[in-house]
Amino acid sequence: MSIVDLAMQNLASPMVLFFALGVAAALLRSDLSVPEAAAKFLALYLMLAIGFKGGVEVSKSGLDPAMGLTIGAGILLSFTIPLAGYFFIRLSTRLGAIDAAAVAAHYGSISIVTFVAATEIVRGLGLAYEGYLIAVAAVMETPAIVAALLLARRAAPAERQDGQREGMGALLREVATNGSIVILVGAFFIGWITGERGMSMISPFIVDPFRGILCLFLLDMGLVAGRGLRQGARELSPSLVAFGIYFPLVSAAFATAFAAVLGLSPGGAALFITLAASASYIAVPAAMRLALPEANPAIYLTLSLGVTFPFNLSLGIPLYAAIAQRIAG
Amino acid sequence: MEMHRKKRIEILLEAPAQKRLTDLLDRLDVTGYTVLPVIGGKGHHGVWSREGLPSAAGAMVSVAVIAAEERLDEVLVPIFELVRRHIGIVTVSDVTVIRGERF
Repeated sequence: MSIVDLAMQNLASPMVLFFALGVAAALLRSDLSVPEAAAKFLALYLMLAIGFKGGVEVSKSGLDPAMGLTIGAGILLSFTIPLAGYFFIRLSTRLGAIDAAAVAAHYGSISIVTFVAATEIVRGLGLAYEGYLIAVAAVMETPAIVAALLLARRAAPAERQDGQREGMGALLREVATNGSIVILVGAFFIGWITGERGMSMISPFIVDPFRGILCLFLLDMGLVAGRGLRQGARELSPSLVAFGIYFPLVSAAFATAFAAVLGLSPGGAALFITLAASASYIAVPAAMRLALPEANPAIYLTLSLGVTFPFNLSLGIPLYAAIAQRIAG
Repeated sequence: MEMHRKKRIEILLEAPAQKRLTDLLDRLDVTGYTVLPVIGGKGHHGVWSREGLPSAAGAMVSVAVIAAEERLDEVLVPIFELVRRHIGIVTVSDVTVIRGERF
């Protein structure tokens, strides 16, 4: 399938269309909304299901020596992508150092929902993927935050540095024990321990309704992104919007080189590249509010959720899948 | 009925910093506090709503503390020091309570 066919097929999928419906409803100022508690439940369900499925896959395939290397590569990418991101933001936009560091953290970290959407696209192409990529996703959340804080410290005045140093340990603990990471990693280990027997016991809950719940969650993401765009668009200059689209491709290029060296399967490579190209909008925004409260949240939230997420969901993931099939196929 | 004059400190604060604030209140040994969710509103950065948010970023909480007048500065200064760097509002108002020995 060509890249264009793949992109067209993806654009016409229920996932992308429900996301678009959410954006349109928010822009039209509809009162359509998903209550906060329901949104959190949907996110929990998706983390549980994807973590469990990954664990079951590892139990079937057994421990792969490439797992440790891929996890190491994920940590390295998560740490270095913010450094590259910061450089590109400062080069191509007029954003100040603190805002640039906060934005860079989002791009080094990952969006688990983008990853979940990518697993559906990869599955639709009939490609298998390494279950341990769930563990890779989990370890890629935090190093980006450390890199961003180091960047901010270089740029920040001394008195602000003291405040940050005081909270660094607590902050990293808070991110590492963030609810979405705990449920993702916990479900991964439960899936690994219980294997196919566990899967047969709970598959009516985590397999059959998965796509429908993903659509509902993406509708909510569309609503939040649309509201963010309506209210935060004035914070985004054309150069920042451009960054939100071209920088995932830069990250994807880094990850493509790693995926080729690691010898990942085509499906695994597509997901690994997607992880690197995605931008966080759940764990990192909350961490940045604690670590860099001076940074403007309207900039990083709108850029991550309003620009990069829709780009990855509609065009990015099919592109990464096509690249992965070429390098790993 | 006998009434007692106290100070009510209300801190409207961005949700990610809630735990830091309540940890601080515990360290300050206040006699209690109440955390309330808030639905939405409008401030310097425009309209905000917690509907549909999967992350704590973007949401706000309200924390109310009742303190004896003589303890006001001791409690208020560190609270403000914490809130100063975040999105938030601190207000202090006079209240009367019935069971004065509790605060």
